[in-house]
Amino acid sequence: MAADYDLLRWIALIPLAVAAFNLFWGRALGRKAAGIIACAALGASFALAFYVFWQLPSNGMFRDLVYSWIDSGSFKVNLAFQVDALTAVMLLIVTGIGFLIHIYSLGYMGHDEDSVRFFVYLNLFVFFMLTLVMADNLLLLFVGWEGVGLCSYLLIGFWYRDPSNAIAGNKAFVVNRIGDWGFILGIFLLVTELARQGVWTLDFAQLQKHASMLSPQAIGLITLLLFIGATGKSAQIPLFVWLPDAMAGPTPVSALIHAATMVTAGVYMTARLHFLFSLAPATLSLIAWIGAATAFFAATIALTQNDIKKVLAYSTVSQLGYMFLAAGLGAFGAAIFHVFTHAFFKACLFLGSGSVIHALDGEQDMRKMGGLKARMPATYWTYLIATLAIAGAPLTAGFFSKDLILWQAFSHGALALWAIGVITAGMTAFYMFRQLFLVFHGESRADAHAQARLHESPAVMTLPLIVLAIGSIFAGWLGAPEYLWGSRWDAWLAAIFAVPEAPHGAATTEIVVTLFTLGVVAIGFSLAYLKYGRAAAPAPERGGLWYRLALDKYYVDEIYDFIFVRPFTALSRFFAEIIDPWVIDGAVNGVAALTRGLSQVWRRLQTGNVQHYAMGLLVGTLALLAYYFSQL
Amino acid sequence: MMPLNYYLILSAVVFAIGVVGVLIRRNLIVVLMSIELMLNAVNLTFIAFSRYLGSMVGQVAVFFVMAVAAAEAVVGLAIIIAVFRQRQSLDPQDMQILKW
Amino acid sequence: MDFSTLIFFLLAGLLVIASLLVVFLRDVVHCALALVAALLIIAIFFVSLHAPTVGILQIMVYAGAVMVLFLFVIMFLNPAVLERPRALWWSAASILALLLGGLLVPLFFNHEPPGDPVASTELFGSPEMLAKSLFGDFVLPFEIASVLLLVAIVGAVVLARRERSAP
Repeated sequence: MAADYDLLRWIALIPLAVAAFNLFWGRALGRKAAGIIACAALGASFALAFYVFWQLPSNGMFRDLVYSWIDSGSFKVNLAFQVDALTAVMLLIVTGIGFLIHIYSLGYMGHDEDSVRFFVYLNLFVFFMLTLVMADNLLLLFVGWEGVGLCSYLLIGFWYRDPSNAIAGNKAFVVNRIGDWGFILGIFLLVTELARQGVWTLDFAQLQKHASMLSPQAIGLITLLLFIGATGKSAQIPLFVWLPDAMAGPTPVSALIHAATMVTAGVYMTARLHFLFSLAPATLSLIAWIGAATAFFAATIALTQNDIKKVLAYSTVSQLGYMFLAAGLGAFGAAIFHVFTHAFFKACLFLGSGSVIHALDGEQDMRKMGGLKARMPATYWTYLIATLAIAGAPLTAGFFSKDLILWQAFSHGALALWAIGVITAGMTAFYMFRQLFLVFHGESRADAHAQARLHESPAVMTLPLIVLAIGSIFAGWLGAPEYLWGSRWDAWLAAIFAVPEAPHGAATTEIVVTLFTLGVVAIGFSLAYLKYGRAAAPAPERGGLWYRLALDKYYVDEIYDFIFVRPFTALSRFFAEIIDPWVIDGAVNGVAALTRGLSQVWRRLQTGNVQHYAMGLLVGTLALLAYYFSQL
Repeated sequence: MMPLNYYLILSAVVFAIGVVGVLIRRNLIVVLMSIELMLNAVNLTFIAFSRYLGSMVGQVAVFFVMAVAAAEAVVGLAIIIAVFRQRQSLDPQDMQILKW
Repeated sequence: MDFSTLIFFLLAGLLVIASLLVVFLRDVVHCALALVAALLIIAIFFVSLHAPTVGILQIMVYAGAVMVLFLFVIMFLNPAVLERPRALWWSAASILALLLGGLLVPLFFNHEPPGDPVASTELFGSPEMLAKSLFGDFVLPFEIASVLLLVAIVGAVVLARRERSAP
């Protein structure tokens, strides 16, 4: 049952209002105060979101119609928000983790001259993200989708004075746009196909009612196009290339946008339209395979990277692959569960890396780190907990969510996908512990100057880390399997995803599978420990062909540049240098030249001799007479 | 009385001859005289119709045509005099400075 | 063929000949005289068509005043040049004029003449009748025509003035 609830719009509008305020009067207010009210905005949003969540019955929905946007004949699209169980989860993630990251940013960006602009962009981002998750129709979702893309661009290129940051922002935006192209086409196709049946709508509720009216081919094409959009936003193959470059932005941005929220928009969209995707088994199969492939592929790259943030970036791509793997199997609840847990530990990892970078005065190369354990205890312990979570150590959040996905794969009979997922889990454990050991253990490889300045981060940065670390453990306890204490998660989302997910099967099978996964993870951990954990200074890495390939990210960027970018710029140059001056200007100038030429001919009629003009009169009169004559 | 057509045809013939004069002659005064000829042909038409329809309007029209023709001849001759003073010629061919 | 028809064709022929003389004679003065003849013949036609007032006016104004003015100007300017005819131009113009006549004439034949002329009264065409129309229905054009004549006079005087050198 649905109820109207005016409160919903304020969850999104408060950050927008504060962003607007800071935009105009932030500098006057002072950087510190501007940052504080930005955090307060998020705090208020989180409080409201929690309140709404508390009030929401698990099978209910709240609605808030803000504005009648498009009203054209029978096609109506409104600026309206809706909150059901799925949206409530996303709301809590966005506002909760967003709030923590805002507080962290007070410390991290505290010395930055442009921090006011930073908080404006960050609040604006939260507004668009909330619009995306609370939208009650696909078009408004797309507005939020575009908006977060814009804010991502603004924030990646935040330190715009360095051109490489601006280029990274451009790359993110352009690659996203390619995905958006697919998304838009999907929307158009959806509208026209439904219109063919006489239904004109983009509201999710209406779509769910009428989805079965569409032909299988139409649904297949629509879902494929929408998924292309998702690959852009959520960094899957083939459009993941922007995410590692996005690390050029400040670390809180990487944490919020490129780990916890924006990149999960693709998963959310898929879950929101689950009724559509469920009718397109071919697309779902494609989604699952792309998810698994991306997870594996990105993990191999993460094995070799030396930049602390790049490891986390590829790790994010890999974990997103897991989410799409789950979605592709039809286990949308499991996918959202992994979104939830991943938000906690990935944000914790990114903020922790930010703490390290901040302590080392901007150093990001792990080969120059080491031995930070003693000097930065808070950072170290939270990082350790988050690493355990992402690797899937027992009873951490990551353990429950990742194992759920792997169990779904196994019990659906998709053994190849399951195997890829298990191997990737092992690789995850390896590269995450490699990172932990390289950064925190052993002896310090930083130069003397950096060592002298090394200090633990202030409380404003470590408190969010602690909260997130706690979440990295306990957030997963909501979705425990049957043989432990059962899943509250499934019950919560059951009303949305009416299709029951694969039965959990025999408890023993599940336990065996879980233990197998844990074994692989343990192997990964051990390898990392053996190579990096023991020696005071780990041996410098060198390797053969595969190592170089992975380190250079398989030259994907170079391949794209060769296949797509170069021909495109050549085509643009052709148009700019040849078509524009010769054809277009030629046509315009040609018309002028033609007119001039013709006039040179006609002007000879003006002889200046009156009698010639009189002759002309006579000829005209004769013509008229002849016409009149013929009419008689 | 003659049928109306005869007068009309006569008038048409005189009109055509006047047109020829306007086009052909290289003396401006003769051109002006040809124009007078054309106007008179039209006057003949007016009077013929006036007689045959029994209406005075035709004769009134002729009255006005005559007045205007007189005025026009006066002004035209004045222009010819002025031009002659400039160019020492009455040939239209010598007055082509408004050409392209 | 009765008498009036004969007179008509005679006069018509003379009119046509006079017109041709106006157009084709070389000496300007000869052309002017031919035009006077043509105007007089037309005046005769006017009178025969029950428009005596207009006919007299034709003689007085047209043949009398306007043609005298023409002759004045011819004498005044005394153009010496005799023109050379241009064959191409003359033939082109003649052909076109023939066409014009050729088109007009059948037009006139195509319409039924309005039957017998309306029986005219004694007064038809008399000065009284003309004055009644002129000062009755057509008083506005009459006044405008007088303004037109005034303007023409002024204009002619201005145009024909000799250029005054600066005092």
